[in-house]
Amino acid sequence: MSTADSPKRSMRTPLGRVRNLGAAHSGTSDFWRQRLTAVAMTLLMIPVLVIIMMTLGRNQAGAKQILGSLPIAVIMMLFIVASAWHMKIGMQVVIEDYVHNEKLKLTAIMLNNFFSIAVALASIYAILQLSSGV
Amino acid sequence: MVEFALPKNSKITGGKTWPKPAGATELREFKVYRWNPDDGKNPSVDTYYVDTHDCGPMVLDGLIWIKNHIDPSLTFRRSCREGVCGSCAMNIDGQNTLACTRSMHDVKDGAVKINPLPHQPVVKDLVPDLTNFYAQYASVEPWLKTTSPTPQKEWRQSHEDREKLDGLYECILCACCSTSCPSYWWNSDRYLGPAALLQANRWVSDSRDEATGERLDNLEDPFRLYRCHTIMNCAKACPKGLNPAEAIAELKLKMVERQI
Repeated sequence: MSTADSPKRSMRTPLGRVRNLGAAHSGTSDFWRQRLTAVAMTLLMIPVLVIIMMTLGRNQAGAKQILGSLPIAVIMMLFIVASAWHMKIGMQVVIEDYVHNEKLKLTAIMLNNFFSIAVALASIYAILQLSSGV
Repeated sequence: MVEFALPKNSKITGGKTWPKPAGATELREFKVYRWNPDDGKNPSVDTYYVDTHDCGPMVLDGLIWIKNHIDPSLTFRRSCREGVCGSCAMNIDGQNTLACTRSMHDVKDGAVKINPLPHQPVVKDLVPDLTNFYAQYASVEPWLKTTSPTPQKEWRQSHEDREKLDGLYECILCACCSTSCPSYWWNSDRYLGPAALLQANRWVSDSRDEATGERLDNLEDPFRLYRCHTIMNCAKACPKGLNPAEAIAELKLKMVERQI
């Protein structure tokens, strides 16, 4: 967008260039969710650390025993959802900041979404498997 | 991708050192960015020596002294010389500020280094092209918008509501904040920048205005507003001591408030 419509090539007025395609009327939900997931991660951080330390030095059966508890499994999965979501939004902001080629930007944002979802699902699957012996 | 290096024709080369003024007892070295669109050369940094006994204390006084006594071709904007008009905004010793309110004695460590406001096209020497910056200001429609019948006298406002405009109405649109913002450097084609957003918040916060929702609609955009990452360079740079970052945070809060 910045290159195709740069002041040198375009005969649009400066105000026309600034208004461009208009406001997207979005962005607030991402802003809010980024804060929401940040607060969630802050609150979950201590229980998650405690759970990880509890599993240290234990064998798989021991770890299964700990993660078999419903509240512990839920805490771990909430932490994964919050952090994967936070990671997805944060990375998207970085991509939007620095990648100005529209095609490359769309591809990068797609891959970012796929990666975040894959990481979250793989982690949740691992916890479910450990906690219920799936 | 974002361009992190200067384009080839913008790389700064060594400049001219102008002779020291004869008979001066106390000299201050000035290193000033020079670029002339007509000579086809790359920009350079010229060195001047200012007789501080013969000129006022501010950096702008030094520039005017250079223009009057050494080099009449040195080009810069200036008008009120007292921090009201915002014309003489430039980068002095690495900080965007007004040349008229920055004392040359406050610049420690040798020469007074002067460059144009960063990341804007240069018209000549210290004069940046602020066309996009002004268009962004125009895009927030900085005037009172009402639909109620115009009262016979003025639109009334309580003292409490008037106080909400303090810290916003004082902005002189010098562009020191926007041009100090890295997010604005990378995305100034789509991000409105701290100055235009502070001005937007000035009208969103005005109790007499009846277009608050429309104004917020116009700002609600991942780029126009949400490119602000609270870097806070704007608040550090503002020569009027305002806090554009806080004004932007207030806008974001209002965006959330109307959704939740």
